Amino acid sequence: MDWIAIGLSVRLSLWTTFILLLVGLPIAYWLTFSKRRWKFLVEALVALPLVLPPTVLGFYILLAIGPKSPVGRFYTETTGWVLPFSFQGLLIASVLYSLPFAVQPFASAFKSVDRRLIEASWCLGVSRLHTFWHLIVPLSQPGLITGMVLSFAHTLGEFGVVLMVGGNLPGITRTVSISIYDEVQALNYEAAAQTSLLLLCISFLVLAVTYGLQRRFSAAWPMS
Amino acid sequence: MRQSRRNVLRRFFYAGLFGTSLACSNRSQPQNSLESGSQSIRRTIRVAAAADLKFAMDELIRAFHHEEPQIAVTVSYGSSGNFYSQLSSRAPFDMYFSADVSYPRRLAEQGAAYQGSEFAYAIGRLVVWVPAGSPIDVAKMKIEALRHPSVRHVAVANPKHAPYGRAAEAAMRSLGVYETVADRLVYGENVAQTLQFVQSGAAEIGIVALSLALAPSVHGQGHYWEIPLDSYPRMEQGGIILKWTQQAEAAQSFRSFALAPAGRQILKNYGFYLPEE
Repeated sequence: MDWIAIGLSVRLSLWTTFILLLVGLPIAYWLTFSKRRWKFLVEALVALPLVLPPTVLGFYILLAIGPKSPVGRFYTETTGWVLPFSFQGLLIASVLYSLPFAVQPFASAFKSVDRRLIEASWCLGVSRLHTFWHLIVPLSQPGLITGMVLSFAHTLGEFGVVLMVGGNLPGITRTVSISIYDEVQALNYEAAAQTSLLLLCISFLVLAVTYGLQRRFSAAWPMS
Repeated sequence: MRQSRRNVLRRFFYAGLFGTSLACSNRSQPQNSLESGSQSIRRTIRVAAAADLKFAMDELIRAFHHEEPQIAVTVSYGSSGNFYSQLSSRAPFDMYFSADVSYPRRLAEQGAAYQGSEFAYAIGRLVVWVPAGSPIDVAKMKIEALRHPSVRHVAVANPKHAPYGRAAEAAMRSLGVYETVADRLVYGENVAQTLQFVQSGAAEIGIVALSLALAPSVHGQGHYWEIPLDSYPRMEQGGIILKWTQQAEAAQSFRSFALAPAGRQILKNYGFYLPEE
């Protein structure tokens, strides 16, 4: 079994989830409470990775972070590193790829918080930030957990994007799904079967635990 | 307000439906007239081909179509190892062109080959390739180009399942550069993706098939140096017709075309050496 790949995938998924929490919360907040007319454009943009094939995403990302693009050049000039075929590059790809899996549950959780409570808090002079942390976040906890778990699980199972931008480096970009693919192609069916089974168990466990916890919170299905 | 919006949507929907149906009818019409005109049933053979054949195969099919217009050939390109494992599970292809003769040979041993259909069609050649703007003079530096200071990533096909990857690794070892570049290697899924890594600039240099470097859409976009044939195991490329084909006759005529002088000339133009040469 390819433990290096499993470790890498878990690390990548944790980092992706963490960054999506940082990035996803403000986006979801804005999507829920903003009154801009062009809000639907941002909603569409966030949801794009749901419908775009990973190959399209991977192709664009490889061009966007490569040394020929301004982003790639800026990164190389400031850090001395290159993004393609690196963990950081893969992390950027994963964050973009899993963005809707975090933002959508976050946003629908925010939306389900009773508007009257929020407005009462504002009227009593509590700041927006304070209201967010002490009222909205606790009340939308199940949705936040769902978003994080889905980001984690989705990154763990990510394949097409990694195949396009990763370069298959052991310990750096060879994730579990790539490792399984390699073993199948190299006709090592046994190794592939073992790793696949482990991945299946982990994914099922993570989802089962989450949905089990959700029942306690008796929340509405947050993905709708 | 809402009612009118729904009407607009509906109109869009019908317009789209109409457009698609128009496109479909347009496409099917000439084919029908062709069939009735030549009074023969149009047959299609499905080919699984190694990624290094991408451009040569397209040309081969064009030429073949000229000779046998009633046989259509559809191709899927990928890594030979991937096709091998798919074909072991009876993937619905009629023919298999591998970049490594050992895969079709193994399929034949498993009894997956149409009787006596094994064939060798080409010898693959490796080149070191850099894009046109590269500071590396690959013709002068030869294999040492891989050690050029500007090189951060060397793209090769995955040696685990792509024959060109195995050959590239063997060549780097026998030419004594493998140790120094080992930590700069990045692996493409097949030899065509390997080239794409270098073309996109994500890797500075790569080892790819000469047949790809010579392709019209790639030629002029970069420079290459051919790795001497004796520095890696001979890449004999071969194929088979699959036992479960419904189009044995059509497949056989495509096979003979690829092995006849006209077919061989095309393969030669695209940078393959030929067997028995």
